Amino acid sequence: MNTKEALYNFCLRLADNNIVLGQRLAEWCSRGPILEEDLAMTNISLDLFGEAESMYEYATTLVNNNSTADHLAFLRSEREYFNNLLVEQPNGDFAQTMMKQVLFSAFAKHLYEALCNSNDETLKGLAAKALKETKYHLRHSSEWIIRFGNGTEESMRRTQFALNELWRFTDDMFVMNEVDEELISMGISFNLNDIQAKWKFTISEIFAEANLQMPEATNIIKGGSKGIHTEHLGHLLCEMQYLQRAHPGATW
Amino acid sequence: MVNLDPQLTNEKVWELLNQIPDPDIPVISITELGIVRHVEQGDGDKWIVTITPSYSGCPAMSVFREDIKTVLMEHGAKEVELKISHSPAWTTDWLSESTREKMRQHGIAPPETNSSQNVELFADSKRKISCPHCSSQSTHRTSQFGSTPCKALWYCDSCQQPFEYFKCY
Repeated sequence: MNTKEALYNFCLRLADNNIVLGQRLAEWCSRGPILEEDLAMTNISLDLFGEAESMYEYATTLVNNNSTADHLAFLRSEREYFNNLLVEQPNGDFAQTMMKQVLFSAFAKHLYEALCNSNDETLKGLAAKALKETKYHLRHSSEWIIRFGNGTEESMRRTQFALNELWRFTDDMFVMNEVDEELISMGISFNLNDIQAKWKFTISEIFAEANLQMPEATNIIKGGSKGIHTEHLGHLLCEMQYLQRAHPGATW
Repeated sequence: MVNLDPQLTNEKVWELLNQIPDPDIPVISITELGIVRHVEQGDGDKWIVTITPSYSGCPAMSVFREDIKTVLMEHGAKEVELKISHSPAWTTDWLSESTREKMRQHGIAPPETNSSQNVELFADSKRKISCPHCSSQSTHRTSQFGSTPCKALWYCDSCQQPFEYFKCY
């Protein structure tokens, strides 16, 4: 795999994470527990869609096949999506949605921080921008988790349950393959084991503040960066891609 | 290169761009916002404008793009090319004091800190934002996210008015 191919694949991985999580958050639109929270989740969703769009656009400049950001988003099947398994998981209740957000945002924050030192100028700029937004997402979701952990018995129970349920998908974010090998050797991306250590430190701090117990690592599932997904991604893409599949090339 | 339309100079282009309002905060222009990074003349009456996107998902960006093209074409440009520059990333640190004052007068509290001081964890509880209406510091945040990606919702406990805060970015 040459550098361009690796970078293309890596951009898809970043963009796919953002668009899939953005799509999940958009499912909350008009269903938020309170108006401010409805706005918050759709705002975060919008940030993620925007980040995905610029990463897809960059990816299209790396290959010569006339594809556009829209092709990448709406015309690839689930086996061609490289997002992490965590982001495709269903929303569950509000505690699960915020738990998914905090686990992902902490990962994204450390990854983007590292990518701010990338040798690839465009990736560096995109990461610097996404980092600013990710910090707001992390702050927002961590505040909820801490509030729930210190709230009622019920809120505590649901939050701990959410953490236990989602934990098995977190290792998947740090799996490296030949894409990472190539990009690390070129100074474009970085070792995900180092990101994992920083991520663990950040979420431990939040969970300590929230009085949550770190779960046992059981039933670990991986495969996202190879295009092997849980059953949920296909259903999500069905809905997200419906219009372009049913009416190819439709614009408005 | 001979400029066929003597009125369209680099300076004039900047002046025209400075008349394009931010659709979300009409008192501020896109040049004051720091979106326009560079202007240059290409061959003939072609103008190349380099812009840096603000918030990733900001719908206003597509409005800016159209506006830039329309305004320059109306003033003699034969062709307008928009280049997107992602690095360095846009920051609210680029807003001048006079731009911040305009925001205040429009009822929006401008970003008060340097973007490098943005903390993600356990923050904000002690931060005080001055009310753009009465300058009081007894205010509190009602929502981190507001009507547009760039704004948060705050409330002034002194004059009892809600107001928007342009987030530090």
